[in-house]
Amino acid sequence: MSYSEELIASLDAQAKLNRRAVMEMIAAAKTGHPGGGLSAVEILTVLYFHCMRVDPERPQWEDRDRFVLSKGHGAAALYAALGARGFFPKEAFHRFRQTGGILQGHPDMRKIPGVDMTTGSLGQGLSAAVGMALAARFQARDFRVYALLGDGEIQEGQIWEAAMAAAHFRVENLTAILDYNRVQLDGNVADIMGVEPVAKKWCAFGWEVVDCPDGHSVRQVLEAIEVARQVRGRPAIVIASTVKGKGVSFMEHQSSWHGVSDAARLPEAVEEVSRL
Amino acid sequence: MRAVEKLAMRDACAQVLVDCFDEVPGLVVLDADVSKSTRSAEFARAHPERFLNVGIAEQNMVSIAAGLAAAGMVPVVNTFSMLLSMRALDQIRQSVAYPKLNVKLMGHYGGYSAGPEGPTHHAVEDLGIIRSIPHTTLLVPCDATEARGAIRAALAFDGPVYVRLCRNPVPPVLAEPRPFEIGRGYEVRSGGDLTIVATGVMVARGLEAAEILASRGLDARVVAMSSLKPIDGAILEKAARETGAIVTAEEHNVYGGLGSAVAEVLVETVPVPMVRVGIKDCFAESGDYFELMDRYGLSVGDVVVAAERVLERKMRG
Repeated sequence: MSYSEELIASLDAQAKLNRRAVMEMIAAAKTGHPGGGLSAVEILTVLYFHCMRVDPERPQWEDRDRFVLSKGHGAAALYAALGARGFFPKEAFHRFRQTGGILQGHPDMRKIPGVDMTTGSLGQGLSAAVGMALAARFQARDFRVYALLGDGEIQEGQIWEAAMAAAHFRVENLTAILDYNRVQLDGNVADIMGVEPVAKKWCAFGWEVVDCPDGHSVRQVLEAIEVARQVRGRPAIVIASTVKGKGVSFMEHQSSWHGVSDAARLPEAVEEVSRL
Repeated sequence: MRAVEKLAMRDACAQVLVDCFDEVPGLVVLDADVSKSTRSAEFARAHPERFLNVGIAEQNMVSIAAGLAAAGMVPVVNTFSMLLSMRALDQIRQSVAYPKLNVKLMGHYGGYSAGPEGPTHHAVEDLGIIRSIPHTTLLVPCDATEARGAIRAALAFDGPVYVRLCRNPVPPVLAEPRPFEIGRGYEVRSGGDLTIVATGVMVARGLEAAEILASRGLDARVVAMSSLKPIDGAILEKAARETGAIVTAEEHNVYGGLGSAVAEVLVETVPVPMVRVGIKDCFAESGDYFELMDRYGLSVGDVVVAAERVLERKMRG
Protein backbone atom coordinates (compact mmCIF):
# COMPACT_ATOMS: atom_id res chain seq x y z
CA MET A 1 0.00 0.00 0.00
CA SER A 2 1.24 3.42 -0.73
CA TYR A 3 -0.31 6.61 0.45
CA SER A 4 0.39 9.94 -1.18
CA GLU A 5 2.39 12.56 0.64
CA GLU A 6 -0.57 14.89 0.21
CA LEU A 7 -2.84 12.51 2.10
CA ILE A 8 -0.32 12.02 4.89
CA ALA A 9 0.27 15.75 5.18
CA SER A 10 -3.43 16.54 5.26
CA LEU A 11 -4.13 13.90 7.92
CA ASP A 12 -1.20 15.13 9.98
CA ALA A 13 -2.53 18.67 9.75
CA GLN A 14 -6.03 17.51 10.71
CA ALA A 15 -4.64 15.51 13.65
CA LYS A 16 -2.94 18.68 14.91
CA LEU A 17 -6.21 20.57 14.76
CA ASN A 18 -8.03 17.73 16.50
CA ARG A 19 -5.40 17.48 19.23
CA ARG A 20 -5.79 21.19 19.86
CA ALA A 21 -9.60 20.83 19.97
CA VAL A 22 -9.26 18.04 22.54
CA MET A 23 -7.19 20.22 24.83
CA GLU A 24 -9.37 23.28 24.31
CA MET A 25 -12.50 21.31 25.17
CA ILE A 26 -10.97 19.92 28.35
CA ALA A 27 -9.49 23.28 29.32
CA ALA A 28 -12.84 25.02 28.85
CA ALA A 29 -14.63 22.40 30.94
CA LYS A 30 -11.75 22.08 33.44
CA THR A 31 -12.69 18.41 33.53
CA GLY A 32 -12.24 15.40 31.26
CA HIS A 33 -9.67 12.78 30.30
CA PRO A 34 -6.72 14.37 28.52
CA GLY A 35 -4.35 11.38 28.70
CA GLY A 36 -6.44 8.81 26.86
CA GLY A 37 -7.94 11.41 24.53
CA LEU A 38 -4.59 12.66 23.30
CA SER A 39 -3.28 9.12 22.75
CA ALA A 40 -6.14 8.37 20.35
CA VAL A 41 -6.07 11.52 18.19
CA GLU A 42 -4.26 10.11 15.14
CA ILE A 43 -6.29 6.89 15.18
CA LEU A 44 -9.59 8.80 15.22
CA THR A 45 -8.40 11.28 12.63
CA VAL A 46 -7.38 8.51 10.24
CA LEU A 47 -10.70 6.70 10.77
CA TYR A 48 -13.00 9.69 10.29
CA PHE A 49 -10.96 11.53 7.65
CA HIS A 50 -9.99 8.59 5.51
CA CYS A 51 -11.07 5.03 6.35
CA MET A 52 -14.70 5.24 7.36
CA ARG A 53 -17.60 5.46 4.95
CA VAL A 54 -19.66 8.14 6.70
CA ASP A 55 -21.76 11.11 5.66
CA PRO A 56 -22.08 13.94 8.18
CA GLU A 57 -25.31 14.99 6.45
CA ARG A 58 -26.81 11.58 7.18
CA PRO A 59 -25.56 10.43 10.59
CA GLN A 60 -28.19 7.64 10.62
CA TRP A 61 -27.38 6.39 7.09
CA GLU A 62 -27.95 2.63 7.34
CA ASP A 63 -24.98 1.67 5.17
CA ARG A 64 -22.45 3.81 7.03
CA ASP A 65 -19.44 2.31 8.74
CA ARG A 66 -19.80 2.32 12.51
CA PHE A 67 -17.40 3.34 15.24
CA VAL A 68 -17.64 2.35 18.89
CA LEU A 69 -15.46 4.15 21.40
CA SER A 70 -15.30 1.25 23.81
CA LYS A 71 -12.89 3.30 25.94
CA GLY A 72 -15.64 5.89 26.35
CA HIS A 73 -13.53 8.27 28.45
CA GLY A 74 -11.58 9.14 25.29
CA ALA A 75 -14.70 11.09 24.30
CA ALA A 76 -12.98 14.43 23.63
CA ALA A 77 -10.91 12.86 20.83
CA LEU A 78 -14.05 11.43 19.24
CA TYR A 79 -15.90 14.73 19.52
CA ALA A 80 -12.94 16.60 18.02
CA ALA A 81 -13.02 14.29 14.99
CA LEU A 82 -16.81 14.37 14.62
CA GLY A 83 -17.01 18.14 14.99
CA ALA A 84 -14.20 18.70 12.50
CA ARG A 85 -15.86 16.28 10.09
CA GLY A 86 -19.05 18.34 10.29
CA PHE A 87 -21.42 16.10 12.26
CA PHE A 88 -22.32 19.01 14.53
CA PRO A 89 -21.33 22.68 14.85
CA LYS A 90 -18.04 23.21 16.64
CA GLU A 91 -19.81 25.59 19.03
CA ALA A 92 -20.84 22.40 20.85
CA PHE A 93 -17.22 22.09 22.02
CA HIS A 94 -17.79 25.01 24.37
CA ARG A 95 -20.36 23.09 26.43
CA PHE A 96 -18.35 19.83 26.63
CA ARG A 97 -19.24 18.08 29.92
CA GLN A 98 -21.54 20.93 30.93
CA THR A 99 -25.28 21.20 31.44
CA GLY A 100 -27.26 22.08 28.38
CA GLY A 101 -24.51 20.89 26.02
CA ILE A 102 -24.78 17.83 23.79
CA LEU A 103 -21.25 16.57 24.45
CA GLN A 104 -21.66 14.31 27.46
CA GLY A 105 -18.73 13.17 29.58
CA HIS A 106 -18.93 9.85 27.75
CA PRO A 107 -20.36 9.28 24.25
CA ASP A 108 -24.15 9.38 23.99
CA MET A 109 -25.63 8.12 20.72
CA ARG A 110 -28.96 9.83 21.39
CA LYS A 111 -27.58 13.31 21.97
CA ILE A 112 -24.58 13.53 19.64
CA PRO A 113 -24.88 13.23 15.86
CA GLY A 114 -22.29 10.78 14.58
CA VAL A 115 -21.94 8.76 17.78
CA ASP A 116 -22.97 5.21 16.87
CA MET A 117 -22.98 3.68 20.34
CA THR A 118 -23.36 4.90 23.89
CA THR A 119 -20.37 3.85 25.98
CA GLY A 120 -18.75 4.68 29.27
CA SER A 121 -18.84 1.57 31.42
CA LEU A 122 -15.65 -0.10 30.22
CA GLY A 123 -15.71 -3.49 28.55
CA GLN A 124 -19.08 -3.28 26.82
CA GLY A 125 -18.26 -1.53 23.56
CA LEU A 126 -16.52 -4.41 21.85
CA SER A 127 -19.58 -6.63 22.40
CA ALA A 128 -21.82 -3.93 20.93
CA ALA A 129 -19.46 -3.70 17.95
CA VAL A 130 -19.78 -7.47 17.47
CA GLY A 131 -23.57 -7.04 17.50
CA MET A 132 -23.37 -4.30 14.86
CA ALA A 133 -21.08 -6.40 12.70
CA LEU A 134 -23.52 -9.32 12.94
CA ALA A 135 -26.38 -6.98 12.03
CA ALA A 136 -24.59 -6.21 8.76
CA ARG A 137 -24.55 -9.94 8.06
CA PHE A 138 -28.26 -10.36 8.87
CA GLN A 139 -29.13 -7.35 6.71
CA ALA A 140 -26.77 -8.25 3.87
CA ARG A 141 -25.10 -4.84 4.12
CA ASP A 142 -21.40 -4.27 3.58
CA PHE A 143 -20.61 -1.77 6.33
CA ARG A 144 -17.60 -2.18 8.58
CA VAL A 145 -17.42 -1.69 12.34
CA TYR A 146 -14.47 -0.20 14.20
CA ALA A 147 -14.01 -0.34 17.96
CA LEU A 148 -11.33 1.48 19.92
CA LEU A 149 -10.24 -0.25 23.13
CA GLY A 150 -8.13 0.99 25.99
CA ASP A 151 -5.29 -1.14 27.30
CA GLY A 152 -6.59 -0.81 30.84
CA GLU A 153 -10.04 -1.58 29.51
CA ILE A 154 -9.03 -5.04 28.33
CA GLN A 155 -8.69 -6.00 32.00
CA GLU A 156 -12.50 -6.20 31.93
CA GLY A 157 -13.62 -9.82 31.52
CA GLN A 158 -16.36 -8.98 29.05
CA ILE A 159 -13.74 -7.92 26.47
CA TRP A 160 -12.63 -11.53 26.28
CA GLU A 161 -16.21 -12.79 26.04
CA ALA A 162 -16.59 -10.51 23.04
CA ALA A 163 -13.22 -11.56 21.64
CA MET A 164 -14.28 -15.22 21.82
CA ALA A 165 -17.67 -14.50 20.24
CA ALA A 166 -16.27 -12.44 17.35
CA ALA A 167 -13.91 -15.25 16.38
CA HIS A 168 -16.55 -17.94 16.94
CA PHE A 169 -19.04 -16.15 14.69
CA ARG A 170 -16.26 -15.50 12.13
CA VAL A 171 -16.98 -11.80 12.15
CA GLU A 172 -14.78 -10.34 9.42
CA ASN A 173 -16.24 -6.85 9.10
CA LEU A 174 -14.91 -5.80 12.49
CA THR A 175 -11.64 -4.05 13.25
CA ALA A 176 -10.68 -3.46 16.85
CA ILE A 177 -7.91 -1.01 17.60
CA LEU A 178 -6.05 -1.15 20.89
CA ASP A 179 -4.87 2.25 22.10
CA TYR A 180 -1.85 0.80 23.84
CA ASN A 181 -0.58 3.76 25.83
CA ARG A 182 0.52 1.57 28.75
CA VAL A 183 -0.95 3.82 31.44
CA GLN A 184 -4.26 3.60 33.30
CA LEU A 185 -5.91 5.69 35.99
CA ASP A 186 -4.00 4.28 38.92
CA GLY A 187 -0.59 3.86 37.29
CA ASN A 188 1.26 1.85 34.67
CA VAL A 189 -0.77 -1.01 33.21
CA ALA A 190 2.13 -3.39 33.81
CA ASP A 191 2.07 -2.53 37.53
CA ILE A 192 -1.69 -2.42 38.08
CA MET A 193 -2.67 -5.56 36.14
CA GLY A 194 -0.37 -6.54 33.33
CA VAL A 195 -1.92 -7.40 29.97
CA GLU A 196 1.15 -8.86 28.25
CA PRO A 197 1.66 -10.82 26.12
CA VAL A 198 -1.19 -8.88 24.59
CA ALA A 199 -0.67 -9.84 20.94
CA LYS A 200 -0.49 -13.52 21.83
CA LYS A 201 -3.70 -13.25 23.82
CA TRP A 202 -5.68 -11.87 20.86
CA CYS A 203 -4.02 -14.37 18.58
CA ALA A 204 -5.01 -17.21 20.91
CA PHE A 205 -8.59 -15.92 20.87
CA GLY A 206 -8.66 -16.35 17.09
CA TRP A 207 -7.99 -12.79 15.95
CA GLU A 208 -5.63 -11.58 13.30
CA VAL A 209 -3.21 -9.24 15.05
CA VAL A 210 -1.75 -6.28 13.17
CA ASP A 211 1.08 -4.43 14.81
CA CYS A 212 1.30 -0.67 14.62
CA PRO A 213 4.52 0.33 16.39
CA ASP A 214 3.69 4.05 16.31
CA GLY A 215 0.04 4.91 16.76
CA HIS A 216 0.84 8.56 16.21
CA SER A 217 2.19 8.01 12.70
CA VAL A 218 -0.80 8.48 10.44
CA ARG A 219 0.97 6.47 7.75
CA GLN A 220 1.41 3.51 10.09
CA VAL A 221 -2.16 3.77 11.32
CA LEU A 222 -3.47 3.92 7.74
CA GLU A 223 -1.44 0.89 6.73
CA ALA A 224 -2.39 -1.18 9.77
CA ILE A 225 -6.11 -0.46 9.36
CA GLU A 226 -5.88 -1.38 5.68
CA VAL A 227 -4.13 -4.68 6.49
CA ALA A 228 -6.86 -5.42 9.03
CA ARG A 229 -9.53 -4.65 6.44
CA GLN A 230 -8.16 -7.32 4.12
CA VAL A 231 -8.51 -10.09 6.69
CA ARG A 232 -11.18 -12.66 5.84
CA GLY A 233 -12.98 -15.21 7.99
CA ARG A 234 -12.08 -13.66 11.33
CA PRO A 235 -11.84 -10.37 13.15
CA ALA A 236 -8.69 -8.30 13.29
CA ILE A 237 -7.14 -6.08 15.92
CA VAL A 238 -4.61 -3.34 15.36
CA ILE A 239 -2.33 -3.00 18.36
CA ALA A 240 -1.27 0.62 18.22
CA SER A 241 1.51 1.69 20.55
CA THR A 242 0.70 5.18 21.68
CA VAL A 243 1.71 7.74 24.28
CA LYS A 244 -0.73 8.69 26.99
CA GLY A 245 -1.08 12.49 26.98
CA LYS A 246 0.70 12.73 23.60
CA GLY A 247 1.64 16.28 22.67
CA VAL A 248 1.68 17.84 26.12
CA SER A 249 5.13 17.44 27.66
CA PHE A 250 4.02 17.31 31.26
CA MET A 251 1.16 14.89 30.53
CA GLU A 252 3.01 12.29 28.49
CA HIS A 253 3.15 8.86 30.15
CA GLN A 254 1.65 10.29 33.33
CA SER A 255 -1.20 8.45 35.03
CA SER A 256 -1.85 11.64 36.98
CA TRP A 257 -3.20 13.12 33.75
CA HIS A 258 -5.65 10.29 33.07
CA GLY A 259 -8.09 12.86 34.40
CA VAL A 260 -7.52 16.53 35.07
CA SER A 261 -5.15 16.57 38.06
CA ASP A 262 -4.37 20.29 38.02
CA ALA A 263 -6.80 22.56 36.21
CA ALA A 264 -4.42 25.51 36.58
CA ARG A 265 -2.03 23.91 34.08
CA LEU A 266 -4.63 23.40 31.34
CA PRO A 267 -3.99 26.74 29.58
CA GLU A 268 -0.32 25.74 29.38
CA ALA A 269 -1.35 22.46 27.75
CA VAL A 270 -3.51 24.28 25.20
CA GLU A 271 -0.58 26.55 24.48
CA GLU A 272 1.72 23.56 23.90
CA VAL A 273 -0.56 21.72 21.49
CA SER A 274 -1.24 24.97 19.63
CA ARG A 275 2.46 25.29 18.86
CA LEU A 276 2.73 21.76 17.39
CA MET B 1 -55.88 -25.34 44.14
CA ARG B 2 -56.83 -24.27 40.62
CA ALA B 3 -55.97 -26.64 37.84
CA VAL B 4 -52.59 -26.04 36.28
CA GLU B 5 -52.50 -25.32 32.55
CA LYS B 6 -50.47 -27.48 30.24
CA LEU B 7 -48.42 -24.79 28.63
CA ALA B 8 -45.66 -22.97 30.48
CA MET B 9 -44.76 -19.33 29.79
CA ARG B 10 -41.41 -20.36 28.34
CA ASP B 11 -43.16 -22.55 25.77
CA ALA B 12 -45.54 -19.72 24.97
CA CYS B 13 -42.54 -17.42 24.57
CA ALA B 14 -40.85 -19.70 22.04
CA GLN B 15 -44.09 -20.15 20.11
CA VAL B 16 -44.83 -16.46 19.90
CA LEU B 17 -41.29 -15.71 18.69
CA VAL B 18 -41.66 -18.31 15.95
CA ASP B 19 -45.11 -16.94 15.08
CA CYS B 20 -43.83 -13.35 14.93
CA PHE B 21 -40.89 -14.10 12.67
CA ASP B 22 -42.54 -12.78 9.51
CA GLU B 23 -44.10 -9.77 11.22
CA VAL B 24 -40.85 -8.54 12.78
CA PRO B 25 -38.29 -8.35 9.97
CA GLY B 26 -35.34 -7.58 12.23
CA LEU B 27 -36.07 -10.33 14.74
CA VAL B 28 -33.01 -12.14 16.10
CA VAL B 29 -33.09 -14.37 19.17
CA LEU B 30 -30.17 -14.79 21.56
CA ASP B 31 -29.49 -17.22 24.36
CA ALA B 32 -26.57 -17.93 26.67
CA ASP B 33 -26.41 -21.74 26.78
CA VAL B 34 -29.80 -22.27 28.40
CA SER B 35 -31.85 -22.50 25.20
CA LYS B 36 -33.22 -25.91 26.13
CA SER B 37 -34.46 -24.49 29.42
CA THR B 38 -35.79 -21.19 28.06
CA ARG B 39 -37.13 -23.04 25.00
CA SER B 40 -35.46 -20.57 22.67
CA ALA B 41 -34.08 -23.77 21.09
CA GLU B 42 -37.53 -24.06 19.49
CA PHE B 43 -36.93 -20.79 17.72
CA ALA B 44 -33.41 -21.94 16.79
CA ARG B 45 -34.91 -25.04 15.15
CA ALA B 46 -37.36 -22.95 13.13
CA HIS B 47 -34.96 -20.15 12.18
CA PRO B 48 -31.36 -21.19 12.81
CA GLU B 49 -30.05 -18.29 10.72
CA ARG B 50 -31.57 -15.80 13.14
CA PHE B 51 -30.46 -17.42 16.38
CA LEU B 52 -27.27 -16.67 18.29
CA ASN B 53 -26.10 -18.84 21.15
CA VAL B 54 -23.30 -16.83 22.78
CA GLY B 55 -22.29 -19.47 25.29
CA ILE B 56 -22.17 -18.81 29.00
CA ALA B 57 -21.64 -15.05 28.72
CA GLU B 58 -24.74 -13.11 29.71
CA GLN B 59 -23.02 -9.73 29.80
CA ASN B 60 -21.68 -10.20 26.30
CA MET B 61 -25.12 -11.35 25.16
CA VAL B 62 -26.86 -8.19 26.37
CA SER B 63 -24.23 -5.88 24.87
CA ILE B 64 -24.24 -7.78 21.55
CA ALA B 65 -28.02 -7.33 21.57
CA ALA B 66 -27.50 -3.60 22.13
CA GLY B 67 -25.21 -3.45 19.09
CA LEU B 68 -27.71 -5.40 17.00
CA ALA B 69 -30.47 -2.99 18.03
CA ALA B 70 -28.27 0.05 17.37
CA ALA B 71 -27.95 -1.24 13.80
CA GLY B 72 -31.70 -1.73 13.38
CA MET B 73 -32.32 -5.33 14.44
CA VAL B 74 -34.88 -6.42 17.05
CA PRO B 75 -32.96 -8.70 19.41
CA VAL B 76 -34.75 -10.88 21.96
CA VAL B 77 -32.44 -12.00 24.72
CA ASN B 78 -33.17 -15.12 26.76
CA THR B 79 -31.69 -16.36 30.00
CA PHE B 80 -32.62 -16.92 33.63
CA SER B 81 -33.98 -13.82 35.29
CA MET B 82 -31.40 -13.86 38.08
CA LEU B 83 -28.58 -13.80 35.52
CA LEU B 84 -30.23 -11.26 33.26
CA SER B 85 -31.20 -8.77 35.95
CA MET B 86 -28.11 -9.13 38.07
CA ARG B 87 -25.15 -10.63 36.17
CA ALA B 88 -25.91 -8.44 33.16
CA LEU B 89 -27.37 -5.50 35.07
CA ASP B 90 -24.71 -2.97 34.14
CA GLN B 91 -25.06 -3.95 30.48
CA ILE B 92 -28.83 -3.49 30.68
CA ARG B 93 -28.41 -0.09 32.28
CA GLN B 94 -25.54 1.31 30.20
CA SER B 95 -25.91 -0.33 26.80
CA VAL B 96 -29.67 -0.84 26.57
CA ALA B 97 -31.71 1.40 28.87
CA TYR B 98 -29.68 4.62 28.74
CA PRO B 99 -29.56 4.70 24.92
CA LYS B 100 -33.18 3.41 24.79
CA LEU B 101 -32.25 0.59 22.45
CA ASN B 102 -34.91 -1.75 21.14
CA VAL B 103 -33.83 -4.85 23.04
CA LYS B 104 -36.35 -7.33 24.47
CA LEU B 105 -35.16 -9.02 27.65
CA MET B 106 -36.81 -12.33 28.53
CA GLY B 107 -36.20 -13.07 32.20
CA HIS B 108 -36.99 -16.78 32.47
CA TYR B 109 -37.33 -18.80 35.67
CA GLY B 110 -38.63 -15.75 37.52
CA GLY B 111 -39.32 -15.81 41.25
CA TYR B 112 -38.98 -19.26 42.82
CA SER B 113 -39.69 -21.13 39.61
CA ALA B 114 -36.14 -22.52 39.42
CA GLY B 115 -37.31 -24.31 42.62
CA PRO B 116 -34.91 -27.16 43.39
CA GLU B 117 -31.93 -25.31 41.88
CA GLY B 118 -31.98 -23.30 45.10
CA PRO B 119 -31.54 -19.65 46.05
CA THR B 120 -28.61 -19.16 43.66
CA HIS B 121 -31.10 -19.57 40.82
CA HIS B 122 -34.17 -17.91 42.33
CA ALA B 123 -34.93 -14.36 41.17
CA VAL B 124 -36.68 -12.43 43.92
CA GLU B 125 -35.02 -9.06 43.33
CA ASP B 126 -35.34 -8.73 39.54
CA LEU B 127 -38.49 -6.59 39.48
CA GLY B 128 -37.20 -4.00 41.91
CA ILE B 129 -33.86 -3.82 40.12
CA ILE B 130 -35.24 -3.42 36.61
CA ARG B 131 -38.01 -1.07 37.70
CA SER B 132 -35.52 1.37 39.20
CA ILE B 133 -33.67 1.91 35.91
CA PRO B 134 -34.92 4.83 33.77
CA HIS B 135 -36.33 4.01 30.30
CA THR B 136 -37.34 0.47 31.23
CA THR B 137 -40.71 -1.16 30.67
CA LEU B 138 -41.38 -4.14 32.91
CA LEU B 139 -44.04 -6.75 32.18
CA VAL B 140 -44.98 -9.67 34.42
CA PRO B 141 -47.61 -11.84 32.73
CA CYS B 142 -49.86 -13.97 34.93
CA ASP B 143 -50.18 -17.04 32.73
CA ALA B 144 -49.04 -18.50 29.42
CA THR B 145 -51.87 -16.93 27.46
CA GLU B 146 -50.98 -13.51 28.77
CA ALA B 147 -47.28 -14.17 28.21
CA ARG B 148 -47.99 -14.41 24.50
CA GLY B 149 -49.75 -11.07 24.56
CA ALA B 150 -47.03 -9.47 26.66
CA ILE B 151 -44.27 -10.60 24.30
CA ARG B 152 -46.22 -9.43 21.27
CA ALA B 153 -46.76 -6.06 22.96
CA ALA B 154 -43.04 -5.91 23.79
CA LEU B 155 -42.15 -6.56 20.14
CA ALA B 156 -44.57 -3.89 18.97
CA PHE B 157 -43.07 -1.36 21.39
CA ASP B 158 -39.96 0.59 20.38
CA GLY B 159 -37.59 0.49 23.35
CA PRO B 160 -36.21 -1.74 26.07
CA VAL B 161 -38.74 -4.15 27.61
CA TYR B 162 -38.08 -6.72 30.31
CA VAL B 163 -40.56 -9.59 30.50
CA ARG B 164 -40.44 -11.75 33.61
CA LEU B 165 -41.56 -15.29 32.89
CA CYS B 166 -42.26 -18.31 35.05
CA ARG B 167 -40.63 -21.66 34.34
CA ASN B 168 -43.53 -23.88 35.32
CA PRO B 169 -47.02 -24.36 33.98
CA VAL B 170 -49.25 -22.30 36.28
CA PRO B 171 -52.98 -22.05 36.89
CA PRO B 172 -54.59 -20.13 34.02
CA VAL B 173 -56.19 -16.79 34.80
CA LEU B 174 -57.44 -15.82 31.37
CA ALA B 175 -59.97 -18.07 29.65
CA GLU B 176 -59.59 -16.02 26.48
CA PRO B 177 -56.61 -14.00 25.30
CA ARG B 178 -57.08 -10.28 25.89
CA PRO B 179 -55.07 -7.59 24.10
CA PHE B 180 -52.07 -6.77 26.28
CA GLU B 181 -51.80 -3.08 27.03
CA ILE B 182 -48.53 -1.73 28.36
CA GLY B 183 -49.32 0.59 31.27
CA ARG B 184 -52.75 -0.87 31.98
CA GLY B 185 -53.90 -3.16 34.78
CA TYR B 186 -57.29 -4.83 34.67
CA GLU B 187 -59.90 -6.25 36.98
CA VAL B 188 -60.14 -10.03 37.00
CA ARG B 189 -62.79 -10.03 39.72
CA SER B 190 -65.04 -7.28 40.90
CA GLY B 191 -65.59 -6.51 44.56
CA GLY B 192 -66.13 -3.64 46.97
CA ASP B 193 -64.64 -4.52 50.37
CA LEU B 194 -60.97 -4.52 49.46
CA THR B 195 -58.71 -4.90 46.43
CA ILE B 196 -56.06 -7.52 45.92
CA VAL B 197 -53.52 -6.18 43.43
CA ALA B 198 -51.39 -9.02 42.14
CA THR B 199 -48.78 -9.69 39.52
CA GLY B 200 -47.51 -12.82 37.78
CA VAL B 201 -48.44 -16.14 39.29
CA MET B 202 -49.90 -14.41 42.34
CA VAL B 203 -52.90 -13.28 40.29
CA ALA B 204 -54.23 -16.85 40.30
CA ARG B 205 -53.54 -17.12 44.02
CA GLY B 206 -55.26 -13.78 44.59
CA LEU B 207 -58.34 -15.13 42.85
CA GLU B 208 -58.33 -18.23 45.02
CA ALA B 209 -57.99 -16.06 48.10
CA ALA B 210 -60.93 -13.95 46.90
CA GLU B 211 -63.06 -17.10 46.69
CA ILE B 212 -62.21 -18.03 50.26
CA LEU B 213 -62.92 -14.48 51.40
CA ALA B 214 -66.27 -14.61 49.57
CA SER B 215 -67.21 -17.71 51.54
CA ARG B 216 -66.65 -15.56 54.66
CA GLY B 217 -68.86 -12.82 53.29
CA LEU B 218 -66.01 -10.55 52.18
CA ASP B 219 -66.10 -9.14 48.71
CA ALA B 220 -62.60 -8.79 47.27
CA ARG B 221 -61.78 -7.12 43.97
CA VAL B 222 -58.77 -8.59 42.18
CA VAL B 223 -56.65 -6.44 39.88
CA ALA B 224 -53.96 -7.97 37.67
CA MET B 225 -51.01 -5.60 37.36
CA SER B 226 -49.16 -7.31 34.57
CA SER B 227 -47.59 -4.05 33.45
CA LEU B 228 -45.46 -3.27 36.49
CA LYS B 229 -43.78 -0.33 34.77
CA PRO B 230 -45.37 1.84 33.66
CA ILE B 231 -47.88 1.05 36.37
CA ASP B 232 -51.58 1.84 36.00
CA GLY B 233 -52.08 4.58 38.59
CA ALA B 234 -55.70 5.20 37.62
CA ILE B 235 -56.91 1.68 38.35
CA LEU B 236 -55.11 1.78 41.71
CA GLU B 237 -56.60 5.11 42.72
CA LYS B 238 -60.05 3.90 41.69
CA ALA B 239 -59.61 0.70 43.70
CA ALA B 240 -58.39 2.62 46.75
CA ARG B 241 -61.24 5.08 46.52
CA GLU B 242 -63.95 2.46 45.97
CA THR B 243 -62.75 -0.33 48.27
CA GLY B 244 -60.66 1.57 50.84
CA ALA B 245 -58.15 -1.23 51.44
CA ILE B 246 -55.35 -2.74 49.36
CA VAL B 247 -53.44 -6.00 49.50
CA THR B 248 -50.54 -6.47 47.09
CA ALA B 249 -49.31 -9.94 46.18
CA GLU B 250 -46.11 -10.69 44.32
CA GLU B 251 -43.52 -13.43 43.93
CA HIS B 252 -40.70 -11.08 44.87
CA ASN B 253 -38.99 -9.60 47.87
CA VAL B 254 -41.29 -7.13 49.66
CA TYR B 255 -38.74 -4.44 48.84
CA GLY B 256 -38.84 -2.78 45.44
CA GLY B 257 -41.48 -4.77 43.57
CA LEU B 258 -45.24 -4.50 43.16
CA GLY B 259 -45.96 -3.59 46.80
CA SER B 260 -43.49 -0.74 46.64
CA ALA B 261 -44.80 0.43 43.28
CA VAL B 262 -48.42 0.44 44.46
CA ALA B 263 -47.50 2.21 47.69
CA GLU B 264 -45.61 4.85 45.72
CA VAL B 265 -48.75 5.64 43.75
CA LEU B 266 -51.27 5.52 46.59
CA VAL B 267 -49.30 7.34 49.24
CA GLU B 268 -49.35 10.41 46.99
CA THR B 269 -52.95 10.06 45.81
CA VAL B 270 -55.41 7.97 47.81
CA PRO B 271 -53.64 6.67 50.91
CA VAL B 272 -55.61 3.76 52.37
CA PRO B 273 -54.65 0.84 54.62
CA MET B 274 -52.39 -1.52 52.72
CA VAL B 275 -50.66 -4.85 53.39
CA ARG B 276 -47.99 -6.38 51.18
CA VAL B 277 -47.76 -10.10 50.51
CA GLY B 278 -44.29 -11.00 49.30
CA ILE B 279 -41.04 -12.63 50.28
CA LYS B 280 -39.88 -11.33 53.62
CA ASP B 281 -36.38 -10.24 52.69
CA CYS B 282 -34.84 -13.70 52.82
CA PHE B 283 -33.21 -16.30 50.62
CA ALA B 284 -35.28 -19.47 50.39
CA GLU B 285 -33.99 -23.01 49.85
CA SER B 286 -34.17 -25.81 47.31
CA GLY B 287 -37.56 -27.37 46.80
CA ASP B 288 -40.65 -27.86 44.69
CA TYR B 289 -41.82 -24.59 43.17
CA PHE B 290 -45.32 -24.38 44.61
CA GLU B 291 -44.13 -25.74 47.93
CA LEU B 292 -41.57 -22.95 48.14
CA MET B 293 -44.25 -20.37 47.43
CA ASP B 294 -46.38 -21.75 50.24
CA ARG B 295 -43.44 -21.95 52.61
CA TYR B 296 -42.11 -18.44 52.02
CA GLY B 297 -45.20 -16.36 52.52
CA LEU B 298 -46.89 -16.60 49.12
CA SER B 299 -49.67 -19.10 49.85
CA VAL B 300 -53.34 -18.46 49.21
CA GLY B 301 -53.71 -18.46 52.99
CA ASP B 302 -51.14 -15.69 53.29
CA VAL B 303 -53.21 -13.55 50.95
CA VAL B 304 -56.38 -14.32 52.96
CA VAL B 305 -54.66 -13.37 56.24
CA ALA B 306 -53.35 -10.16 54.67
CA ALA B 307 -56.86 -9.34 53.49
CA GLU B 308 -58.28 -9.84 56.98
CA ARG B 309 -55.55 -7.67 58.50
CA VAL B 310 -56.09 -4.85 56.07
CA LEU B 311 -59.87 -5.01 56.58
CA GLU B 312 -59.38 -4.73 60.33
CA ARG B 313 -57.37 -1.55 59.80
CA LYS B 314 -59.97 -0.24 57.39
CA MET B 315 -62.75 -0.84 59.98
CA ARG B 316 -60.75 0.90 62.70
CA GLY B 317 -60.58 3.87 60.31
